[in-house]
Amino acid sequence: MTFGWILLIVLVLLALGLWLTWTANRLDRLHHRIDVARASLDGQLMRRCGSALELSSSEALDPSSRLVLLDAAAEARIAGPDTFEGTESALSQALRVVLERPEDVAELRADPEVAPLLDELAAECAKVELARRFHNDAVVTARALRSRRRVRWLRLAGHAAELRTVDLDDVPPAALLSPPYDA
Amino acid sequence: MCPYSLDVPGGVQNHVKDLAEALIERGHVVSVLAPTESTDLPPYVVSAGKAVAIHYNGAVARMSFGPVAAARARRWLRDGDFDVLHLHEPATPSLSLLALWAATCPVVATYHSANDRSRALSASAAILRPSLEKINARIAVSEYSRGMQVSHIGGEPVIIPNGLYVDRFASARPRPEWCGPEGTVAFVGRLGEPRKGFALLAQAFGHVAASRPGLRLLVVGGGDIDEARALLPASVRDQVLFLGSVDDADKAAALRTADVYVAPNTGLESFGIVLIEAMAAGATVLASDIPAFRRVLDGGAYGELFANEYADDLAVRLSGLLDDPDRRAALNRSAQTAVRRYDWSTVAGQILQVYETVVEGGS
Repeated sequence: MTFGWILLIVLVLLALGLWLTWTANRLDRLHHRIDVARASLDGQLMRRCGSALELSSSEALDPSSRLVLLDAAAEARIAGPDTFEGTESALSQALRVVLERPEDVAELRADPEVAPLLDELAAECAKVELARRFHNDAVVTARALRSRRRVRWLRLAGHAAELRTVDLDDVPPAALLSPPYDA
Repeated sequence: MCPYSLDVPGGVQNHVKDLAEALIERGHVVSVLAPTESTDLPPYVVSAGKAVAIHYNGAVARMSFGPVAAARARRWLRDGDFDVLHLHEPATPSLSLLALWAATCPVVATYHSANDRSRALSASAAILRPSLEKINARIAVSEYSRGMQVSHIGGEPVIIPNGLYVDRFASARPRPEWCGPEGTVAFVGRLGEPRKGFALLAQAFGHVAASRPGLRLLVVGGGDIDEARALLPASVRDQVLFLGSVDDADKAAALRTADVYVAPNTGLESFGIVLIEAMAAGATVLASDIPAFRRVLDGGAYGELFANEYADDLAVRLSGLLDDPDRRAALNRSAQTAVRRYDWSTVAGQILQVYETVVEGGS
C-alpha cells in the first residue's frame, strides 16, 4: 500500500515537473521571439533613417524640407534605447510633413534619381509598421504567459527583464504608399 | 500550406493557389501542402493525403488530420527547409495546426474567417495557445476578422486584404446571349443559404422586373434551382437565368455581362471578395449595408448600398441604378481605381514585406 502511494506521488511530481519544464520552454521560446522581432524592428528603423538621410541630401527637395528631414533623421540615428521612440516618431512626422501632398510626391517620382529612393522609403515605412506590430504581438503573448500564477510563484521567467511594448508613431506618409495608378 | 481540400473550390483555396502563383511569378520557390486526392495538381502542390469532411465551428469542412497527415507535414517541413511557413486558418483542427506544431522556421498565419462563435473559440484557446505562440506574424484579411482576433487572442494583427487578378475580370468577355435588352442584373452565391440573401433579391426583382419585361437576372451559384425559382413571382420567372455552379471564367463573364451586381447578403461576411470581382469586371455594385460591405465600398463611394434585409429599399435602389447610366459610369470609374489595391501585384508585395520582416530578425 505505502509503495503504491509513493509511486503515485513520484508520478505526480514527475508530471508536475514536466509540465513546468514545458511552460518554461514556452516562455523561453517567446523571449527568443521577442528578441528576434526587436532586432528586426531596429534594423528596419535604421534602414528607414538611412533613406531619410539620403533623401535629405537630394537636390530635388526644397531646402527647408531637407533641413527638417536631416534634423529628424540625425536625431533618430543617435537616439539611445530610452529615447528612440520619441525620435523615431518625430522622424515619421517629418516624413509625413515633407511628403504630404500627392502632387509633390508625383513630381519627385518623375525624377529618375529620386524615384527608387522613394520606393525604398515606402517599403521601409511599411516594414517598420509591420515589425513594430509583430514585436508588440509577441510581447503581449509573453506577458499573458508570465502573468500566470505558476510562472510568477516559481519565477520561471528567471531574470528576464520586464517586457515593454514599443510605442511609436509609424504612420507612413499616405501619398508615398498609394502609387499613382491613374497617372 | 492550405487546411482545406483543394478538390473543392472555396475562398481560402483560391487565395492559396493565387498567392502561390503570384509569388512564383516573382521568382520565389513555393511549395503548398494541402489535402487533396486529385492527381492533376499544379507542380507546386504537395498532397497531404485524403481529406475527410468534419463538422467544425458550425460548418462542414474537408480537412485531413491524424498521425499520417502529421507525419507528412513533418516530412514536408524537413525536406523543404523553408525560410517562411505561411499557414491559413491556424485555429482549425487541421494540417495548419499540425504543421505549426512541427515548424522550426518563422511562421506567418492568415486568418480568413469571421466567426462569432466566441464560446467555442475561448474554450479551444487553452488547447491552441501553446501552438499559436509560435506564430511570428498574424495577418487578418479584413477589419472584421481582425476585430475577432483582437477580442479573442489580443495583439495587433495586420490587415492585408484578399487578392485577386483584376485583369482576369476586366478582360473577361461579355456573353451577348446572357444580356437582357433592358439591362442585366447578376447574383452570385449558393442558393438555399439564407444569409446569401437570394430570397430578398427574388422579392425585389419581382417588383423591378414587373415594369421592365426586358430585364434579365443572372444567378450564379449551386444549390436547389427549383426551390429558388419558386421564390420568384411567376410573372418574371422567364426573365431569370440560372447558371448553376460555374467555373471562374464563366463567373467572370457573368459579372462582365451584368450592368448591376447585387449582393443582398444579410450578415456574417468577413470581406466580400465577390464585390471586388464585380467591381473589377465593371459591374456596378449594389450591396446590403452590412459592415464588411460598407467598408469595401468605402461607405458608398464605389457602389450603392441598401438597407440590409429591406427588399423595398433594394428594389427602389436597383431601379434607380438601372435608370441612371451616368451614375453607374461614375461609380464604375471610382471602383476601377479602388480595385487596384486588391490586385495580386499589390497584395503579393505586401505579403512579401511581411515575409521579409519576419525572416530578417531571424538571420
